[in-house]
Amino acid sequence: MKQLHRLLPRIASGNLITAIPWFWLALFFLMPFLFVLKISLSEAALAQPPFLDWIQEIEDGLVTIQLNFGNYLLLIEDDLYLAAFWGSFEIAVISTLLCILLGYPMAYAIARAPQHWRLPLLMLVILPFWTSFLLRVYAWIGILKNNGLVNQLLLTLGIIDQPLTLLHTPVAVYIGVVYSYLPFFVLPLYATLTRLDTTLLQAAADLGARPWKQFLTITLPQSLPGVIAGGMLVFIPVMGEFVIPDLLGGPDTLMIGKLMWTEFFSNKDWPMASALATVLLLVLILPFVLMRHYEQKASRQAQES
Amino acid sequence: MTTPNSAAALTLPDEQPIVQIDKLTKTFGTTYAVDDISLTINKGEFFSLLGASGCGKSTLLRMLAGFETPSSGRILIDGQDVTAVPPYLRPVNMMFQNYALFPHMNVAQNIAYGLKQEKMPRAAIRERVQEMLALVQIDALASRKPDQLSGGQRQRVALARALAKHPKILLLDEPLGALDKKLREQTQFELVNIQERLGITFIVVTHDQEEAMTMSSRIALMRDGRIEQVDNPRRMYEFPASRYAAGFIGSVNLFSGQVISHDDDLVQIHCEQAGCELQVHHSQPLTPGMDVTVAIRPEKIAVRQQHQNEANSTQGIIQEIAYLGDVSIYHVELASGQRLQFTQPNVQALAEQPLTWGQQVAIHWSAFSCGVLTQ
Repeated sequence: MKQLHRLLPRIASGNLITAIPWFWLALFFLMPFLFVLKISLSEAALAQPPFLDWIQEIEDGLVTIQLNFGNYLLLIEDDLYLAAFWGSFEIAVISTLLCILLGYPMAYAIARAPQHWRLPLLMLVILPFWTSFLLRVYAWIGILKNNGLVNQLLLTLGIIDQPLTLLHTPVAVYIGVVYSYLPFFVLPLYATLTRLDTTLLQAAADLGARPWKQFLTITLPQSLPGVIAGGMLVFIPVMGEFVIPDLLGGPDTLMIGKLMWTEFFSNKDWPMASALATVLLLVLILPFVLMRHYEQKASRQAQES
Repeated sequence: MTTPNSAAALTLPDEQPIVQIDKLTKTFGTTYAVDDISLTINKGEFFSLLGASGCGKSTLLRMLAGFETPSSGRILIDGQDVTAVPPYLRPVNMMFQNYALFPHMNVAQNIAYGLKQEKMPRAAIRERVQEMLALVQIDALASRKPDQLSGGQRQRVALARALAKHPKILLLDEPLGALDKKLREQTQFELVNIQERLGITFIVVTHDQEEAMTMSSRIALMRDGRIEQVDNPRRMYEFPASRYAAGFIGSVNLFSGQVISHDDDLVQIHCEQAGCELQVHHSQPLTPGMDVTVAIRPEKIAVRQQHQNEANSTQGIIQEIAYLGDVSIYHVELASGQRLQFTQPNVQALAEQPLTWGQQVAIHWSAFSCGVLTQ
C-alpha cells in the first residue's frame, strides 16, 4: 500500500503521460507496420487473402517457416520501382520548395499582421479543410481541364487561341500538391514566427542592421525549426501521395503511391505492395533517425566543451 | 534651491551637450507617456532617468534609440536632428532590459554583430571582440551560446555587444534589474568604471533610487511623463524640489506649516504638527502666510538630553524601533499625534540601548539640515 502510494504520483506526473503517445504509436503504427512487414516477406497466391502464410502446418506437429525476400530483390532489380521512388522524391522535393516559397511570406505576413487580423487570416488558411480533400482535388479537374475555368478565362481574354493542356500533366500534380499541402507548411511556421522575440529585431536594428538584414540574420535563422517542421509535414505525405497524381497526373506521372495501389488492387500482389510500403517507410524514417542522432551528439559536444 | 527643468541652467560653458531633447511629447491614444520634456545631457555624463513604473522613462529612452516616434518635439544627438532617423542609422546603442541576446549566435558572434553591419574588416572585428570580451571580463565564454550563460554573464555580453561599436551614447534599460542584490551592487561600480574608462555618455533608465544615486553624475526624476527634478545625486537628496522628489529618494519627514517671516535667508515657519516653531535656511523669497512643507531627513535629527523651548526642537514618545544593524530607525509620536522617524548609528556593538519603547525623547535639528518645499 505504501509502495503504491509512492508509485501513484510518479505515474500521474510523468510516466503515464509519456506512456499514452507510446501506446498510441505501438497500437496504430508499430502493429500495422509489423503486419505489412510480415506480408512483404510472404509469397503471393491466388487465395483469400492473396498471400501464403509463412507458417505452414504440413503434417501433425510439422511446421515450416518460409521467408520470401524475392519482393525486395525485385525492387532493386526492376527499374520501374526505382523510377517510381525517384519520381515521388522529385515531386516531393519540388513541392516542398514551392510550399516554402509561397508559404513563408504567407506565414510571415500573418505573424506580423495586427493582432485582430491574425485569427481571421489563419481561419482563411484553415478554411479549405472544411471541404473534403477529395472534393477539392476533383474541383481542380474542373479548373484545369481543356474547357475548364483557366482555359476559358485565357481564351476570353485573348491571351491564347488554343486551350492549354494542363490536366494530366506534372504541372497539374504540382498545383494540386502545393494547394493541398500549403496549410501544413504555413501553420507550424506561423507558430514559430509568432513566438520569436521581437526585441531581438530591435536589438539588431539598434546595432545597425537594416530591415532586410534583420530578416536574414535574425528572423530567418530562428524560424528554421518551423520551416523544417512544416517542410516535413509536406515532404513526407507527398512522398506517398496517391490521390493527387492519380486524379490530376498523366500516365507518365510515376509515384510510389500510385504504384502501390496498382500492386494492391490491379495486380493483387499484396506482398510486393507491402515490400514497397516497407521500403518507403524506411526511406522516410532513416534520415530523421540519423538527423536526431547527430543533433543529440552535437548538443552533447557543445555541453561538454 | 533648484527648480524643475533646470538642466540648461546647470550646463557649464565647457560642458558639451551630446543629447538635446526639445519639447518632446509622446502620446499613446489619449495618455501622455512623455509630456513636453526638454532636457540637455552632456558628453561623458552618467545620466539616470529615474521614476516609478509608468512614469515615461522607458518611452523616453526608446525615443532616443529610435524605437518610438515622438508625437511632437525634437531630439538632437551631437547637434544633429535625429527625430526622423531610423534606429539603424543612429550613433546610439542600447542595452536591453532582457538583454535581447541573439540565441542562435555565440557570445563572440553576438558582440561582432554590430561591427559586421558596419562592414568592418574581419581582422579588425576579431580584435574589437577580444577587446570587448576583456573589458567585461568574459574572455573564456566567447564560444558559448546565450542559453549556456548565467544571468550575470548574459548582462556582460549585452554590455559588450552594445559597446562594441563605440557609440556616442549608450542607452541602458534597467541594466541591473535582472541581477540579484549582491551582484547588482558589485556591477554598479563596474559600470561606472567602464563608463569612465571609455568616456561614452551613459543614459540609464532605472526605478531603483539607490542605483541611480550610486552611479549617476546627474539624475532626472520623472513623474507622469514629466520631469520632476534634474540634479546631481547629492543635491537631489539634500535639496529635493518637491514633496514627491523628497519622498521618492530616501525617507523623509514632511511637516506642513505657514511662513511667519523670511529674513537673511532664514525662514520662520509656524507648524502645529511639529509642536515647535521651525527655522529653515532658504534663499528664495517666500511671503508670510504662505503654506509650505518642511522636509527633514531622518539621519539629520539628533537626540538631546533635555528638551529646550526653541525652534527645530521637539519631543515625543518612541513607538517603534527597527534595528537594521548599521543604524536603528526610531518612530516617534509627537504631541500633535504626528509621527516622525529618525535614525541613530549603532556605534558600539554592546552599548546598552539608551532609547527604548515608550520613552520620552527630546530631538532637534539644524536650520541648515532641512528644506522648504513649495510644491
